[in-house]
Amino acid sequence: MTSTPTAPAVPLPAPHSAGCPFGPPPAYTEAAATARLTRADLPGGDSCWLATGYAEVRTILSDRRFSADVRHPGFPLLVAGTRERIGENPSFLRLDDPEHARLRRMVTGDFLVKRVEAMRPDIQRIVDEALDGMTGGRTEADLVADFALPVPSLVICLLLGVPYEDREFFQRVSRTLLSNTSSLEKLFEAQDELLEYLEGLTARKREEPADDILSRLAARDDLTAREAAGTGILLLIAGHETTANMIALSTALLLDRPEQVARLADLAALPGAVEELLRHLTIVHTGVPRVALEDVELAGTTVRAGEGVIAMLSTANRDEEVFGSADRLPVDELDLDRDARRHMAFGFGVHQCLGQPLARAELQIALATLFRRLPGLRLTVPREELAFRTDSFIYGMRSLPVTW
Amino acid sequence: MRVNVDRDRCCSSGMCVTNVPEVFDQDEDDSLVRLRQTTFRPDQFDDLRLAAQLCPGGAITVVEEAPAAAE
Repeated sequence: MTSTPTAPAVPLPAPHSAGCPFGPPPAYTEAAATARLTRADLPGGDSCWLATGYAEVRTILSDRRFSADVRHPGFPLLVAGTRERIGENPSFLRLDDPEHARLRRMVTGDFLVKRVEAMRPDIQRIVDEALDGMTGGRTEADLVADFALPVPSLVICLLLGVPYEDREFFQRVSRTLLSNTSSLEKLFEAQDELLEYLEGLTARKREEPADDILSRLAARDDLTAREAAGTGILLLIAGHETTANMIALSTALLLDRPEQVARLADLAALPGAVEELLRHLTIVHTGVPRVALEDVELAGTTVRAGEGVIAMLSTANRDEEVFGSADRLPVDELDLDRDARRHMAFGFGVHQCLGQPLARAELQIALATLFRRLPGLRLTVPREELAFRTDSFIYGMRSLPVTW
Repeated sequence: MRVNVDRDRCCSSGMCVTNVPEVFDQDEDDSLVRLRQTTFRPDQFDDLRLAAQLCPGGAITVVEEAPAAAE
């Protein structure tokens, strides 16, 4: 029997707290404090399960009895009415193996740890130039527009072979696609625009190949033009919005914690510090959707075949059982000396972020360089006036006004 | 301790190489996991257990052979 839920259903997506803007929405943390698995209401009127504990989230994301295939009628949608449209040409994010593995493996070679390590000098140059541009001839800037967004956008453009001159277009449509308040009309329009753009670009790469991912995808005869464009869209969006928001949120958080900023200057401590920022911020605040393919016992409850589940990464990453330690700050607080390597900010299971070595390198270089070069970095507005991006699948900041 | 890698389950996340680079590698041709060593020192055991826990695809498993030596 499916157990009778005792707690009220959690509304998805839940609002953030103005007083605690870096944390997950209070409805999720309250649900996590009550039970490891609760009921939740989706925007379209359907309901699903919400998993908040580390062990449960890990199981949902790695057990093949849970599917990532959006075409399944029980797959939980945070924007109602999008199933058919996404299902027409799903990226590998929304497919199961073997289709997922076939498409993913076409691009894994570009994100090997050793390839990313070899890119570090390029990333350092991009970071340095962005900082030169931000600070040159002025005393104030918007850290989002002038640093956090340009750095990962430039890096992913370089890798994919997307012209950086087109950034205004792809940044705008990406935001529309990631917003959970876009109308269906706007959403589909943005999707069509981006698909058309990537298809056009890939067609040109077929004629004039360069040393980039889109050219390599375009040259394959085991991939349709539409599949190539779909993979391009996924990498382009995931490649810039996520890292941009991590840089902005990390900076805003660290500006209040000068005693922790020193850890970024210690090369040996830097990778661990970035893992803790990833754990603490876990910017996929809306969680990761899956659907059960068969009945699964989870936290003493039976999730029935066909039921949707949202795996809440942000609360899992604050699970006391995994991250709590007597000699460290509480799990709700940032502690750059914490061993946070078990975090699931990049997800878990076979869909775990493909670009994570790149994200790590960008975050390490961007944050260490920013605070080293601008030791006087500070906000120009009161903290309460900071504008967070609360309507997006990727949590973040709209702007971050700073001086130095 | 023995370490098994199931290359069919590898999803090339790079978690093993990031955390335990002296033991794990990614193949240049197919991006899948490779072992750099086949025998391990006791001081590597904790890292190997961590690599198995962190592997998102469940491609890495460790087999504890002898009772965990008391240093």
